[in-house]
Amino acid sequence: MFVFILRRLIQALVVMVCVALIAFMLFQYVGDPVVTLLGQDASPEQIAQLRADLGLDQPFFVQFWYFLLNAVQGEFGLSLRQGVKVSGLLAERFPATLELALVAAVMALSIGIPMGVYAALKRGTFTSQIFMMVSLLGVSLPTFLIGILLILIFAVLLGWFPSFGRGEVTQLGFWSTGLLTAKGWHHITLPAITLAVFQLTLIMRLVRAEMLEVLRTDYIKFARARGLSSNVIHFGHALKNTLVPVITITGLQLGSLIAFAIITETVFQWPGMGLLFIQAVTFADIPVMAAYLCLIALIFVVINLVVDLLYFVVDPRLRVDHS
Amino acid sequence: MRNWLARMGDTDIGYSFRHSPVAMAAALVAFTCLFCALFANVVAPHNPFDLATLELSDARLPPVWQEGGKTSYLLGTDDQGRDILSALMFGARISLMVGLASVLLSVALGVGLGLVAGFFGGALDAFIMRLCDVMLSFPAILVALLIAGVGRAMFPNADESLAFGVLIISISLTGWVQYARTVRGSTMVERGKEYVQAARVTGVAPVRIMARHVLPNVLGPVLVLATIQVATAILTEATLSFLGVGSPPTAPSLGTLIRVGNDYLFSGEWWITVFPGAMLVVIALSVNLLGDWLRDALNPRLR
Amino acid sequence: MNNSLLQVKNLVVEFPGRHGTLRALDGISFDIAPGEILGVVGESGAGKSLTGAAIIGLLEPPGRIASGEILLEGQRIDNLSSDQMRPIRGRKIGAIFQDPLTSLNPLYSVGRQLTETILAHLPMSAAQARRRAIDLLQDTGIPAAEERIDHFPHQFSGGMRQRVVIALALAAEPRLIVADEPTTALDVSIQAQIISLLKKLCRERGAAVMLITHDMGVIAETCDRVAVMYAGRVAEIGKVHDVINHSAHPYTAGLMAAIPDITQDRENLFQIDGTMPRLNAIPAGCAFNPRCKRSIEKCRQQRPELMDAGASRAACWLHEGQA
Repeated sequence: MFVFILRRLIQALVVMVCVALIAFMLFQYVGDPVVTLLGQDASPEQIAQLRADLGLDQPFFVQFWYFLLNAVQGEFGLSLRQGVKVSGLLAERFPATLELALVAAVMALSIGIPMGVYAALKRGTFTSQIFMMVSLLGVSLPTFLIGILLILIFAVLLGWFPSFGRGEVTQLGFWSTGLLTAKGWHHITLPAITLAVFQLTLIMRLVRAEMLEVLRTDYIKFARARGLSSNVIHFGHALKNTLVPVITITGLQLGSLIAFAIITETVFQWPGMGLLFIQAVTFADIPVMAAYLCLIALIFVVINLVVDLLYFVVDPRLRVDHS
Repeated sequence: MRNWLARMGDTDIGYSFRHSPVAMAAALVAFTCLFCALFANVVAPHNPFDLATLELSDARLPPVWQEGGKTSYLLGTDDQGRDILSALMFGARISLMVGLASVLLSVALGVGLGLVAGFFGGALDAFIMRLCDVMLSFPAILVALLIAGVGRAMFPNADESLAFGVLIISISLTGWVQYARTVRGSTMVERGKEYVQAARVTGVAPVRIMARHVLPNVLGPVLVLATIQVATAILTEATLSFLGVGSPPTAPSLGTLIRVGNDYLFSGEWWITVFPGAMLVVIALSVNLLGDWLRDALNPRLR
Repeated sequence: MNNSLLQVKNLVVEFPGRHGTLRALDGISFDIAPGEILGVVGESGAGKSLTGAAIIGLLEPPGRIASGEILLEGQRIDNLSSDQMRPIRGRKIGAIFQDPLTSLNPLYSVGRQLTETILAHLPMSAAQARRRAIDLLQDTGIPAAEERIDHFPHQFSGGMRQRVVIALALAAEPRLIVADEPTTALDVSIQAQIISLLKKLCRERGAAVMLITHDMGVIAETCDRVAVMYAGRVAEIGKVHDVINHSAHPYTAGLMAAIPDITQDRENLFQIDGTMPRLNAIPAGCAFNPRCKRSIEKCRQQRPELMDAGASRAACWLHEGQA
């Protein structure tokens, strides 16, 4: 098992270096690296000085090495659009996105899993067919449209929820949280629902499909032949075997939630990393784009590692056996 | 012709289709949309891009069933007097075109790489599979955004065709992995069979033989995947356009229309956004339904 | 008053399908006395497993019992609902399936699966159930039962797993065990052990066994009586010795002749011409008549019912009129 962890760590490192390479190439070839580091208002002397300092005539790999060193310390220079340090911007926006993603994930899981189980167990009934149709609708509705519709109905027409911003935010050290105030919750509701819908649909379909597969296995047949009650079979055996792949796949989905947050944050003007990224893309603010890319890659890699380890904990077949 | 139709209707797929009202309804809707989109300049009541025909005095009209609406503009107009219904059809055309083109490219790329990986094996196969894993672990929207964004930064004054090219490439790069894997699996199975080895011995290009024998086998699953992916591609394009990095403003897709209409949501002119949105959902839903039905029809286990 | 444990009377099982209804079992009748071991033998597709499934009440939809009766201890069980059948499964009738690997839930320890079965049917405490589980494992010949009870299925070898399966089937002290090809998936060297274990345990507990297999050798070693099935019907039924040595039905005779005898000096192995008909193409009259060397005109016209044929009973017109 130790070997396994080591191998995954090395894989993770390789992925990170590749991503850093892509980010580096963004810096080099898309826009002027000196300008990106100093901002657009630098004087000609500063530019010339920095060019010499940076050794832009150095070979590719030397430059890449410096870039890596900087990147590891979180140093990506200044934002072209705002003129402040990129790392500061990202750190400031990170809590907003993470909170949104977590609330949405909890929503998606707590509604999606029961719906999927129901749809599998009561296959063919009216309610489960409604669920399936709703799930099909959920896959056909793009996230931004859901957000717009929610705003239209609940903010503009009914006036029940606010349509932008985070509301009241409490500062806990370096982390700003909106979850400790009622207004904060008020503001996070519509964006979280928007973000959760797609996830929910996927989870529901996944759970249903997995559970149907599990219900067809020999061990379920044998459990029935032994006269175990329906509850024990469905919610003990079948559910446990279903959830093992589901929970791990969902963990991986957490990463895509953070990416989908880009859309949600744009619709609701939610001050998170996603909105920052979109603004950077439309403005061609390379440092921000590159930094966001590296940060996201890091988050993904960490999540993947945790999920792999989770598999070990949950599935006894993967543990080294001493029989 | 009638004979052929009768025979098609009698196959398993034909039987399944005829007995699934949902599939038939979905197909009807999808084809209607396709028709309107393809023949937009004939079917649409107005041409929203011809500036000469626009009447500013007709701007911001609500749909015909609301007070103030006009029958010549069934679904209302936007802030420049463009007829929403016509804009829908032209927009749908762009959306569908981008969606179909991206999927075709995806399929070509994925099937090609899958064949190569399965046939040649070894390091090439390992590399392609690693690539698949990495691509799968990144969400599609991020990859598409990145490519579209970088394209924008590199070619800030790109003309329409370049912009569309970048857009189509960015979407297609997010979807090829599934085809690659499926085709690779089938290819590896075929590769071990004797007729392939025999062909190698006699000097016939095995790649050609593999293409002739592998491709028919994977046609089913690839078709199902592709159908569902068309819906995803259309939605991805709409999202990119909504975010501002998709279709150029001179050729607005449904996503662009929604984006433009979003600004008027708060002043109560909901139709500018809602109708393009509805059209988008209708297209995506009908294509998804078709894809779902196709998958069930082609799945021998569920019969 | 019939003191049979199990009575099957004219059981008909059908599969409604797109191209019409397939009749998989066409009027099966047999009895099993308490404590006796009845073998059910036949080629693949003859309907042996379906008979077992119908008895336990686990026919896969769209398969259903179209007509006929199944009586356990004089009570009808074929018309019971799922809920009513549940206390019977495991407690009155136990089942063993072919593949021990897939019969056990990989995520639950062996002990857990045993105790839950015991507790589902017998009133005792958890500690008592665990004690009983350990005893069962010891009875089935698993070494170090105290320790291995907490192991997972993948930590056992194939033969060991089937012993666990047998333990599970016997856990609630059923009166009848339906064993569907219990040794087919095992190494030949293990097969004999498992069969003799099954026989010993059932004799000890006075449980009857319906042993479904395609292996005549196993039948000869283990069973008291045997039923030979062909194309969804019973061709011959009687004591093992009689059926094997004095086969009354030409099909059985063919099966016996096909077993190679090491003392014989032949050039070709004996084969019955032709193949068993498919379910949707069963010939009129006796199902075996196209392949039978001794068929008469009546065989092609009328289907024979089981009739007395010497010591056993056979569905063959050749024995018509024998007392």
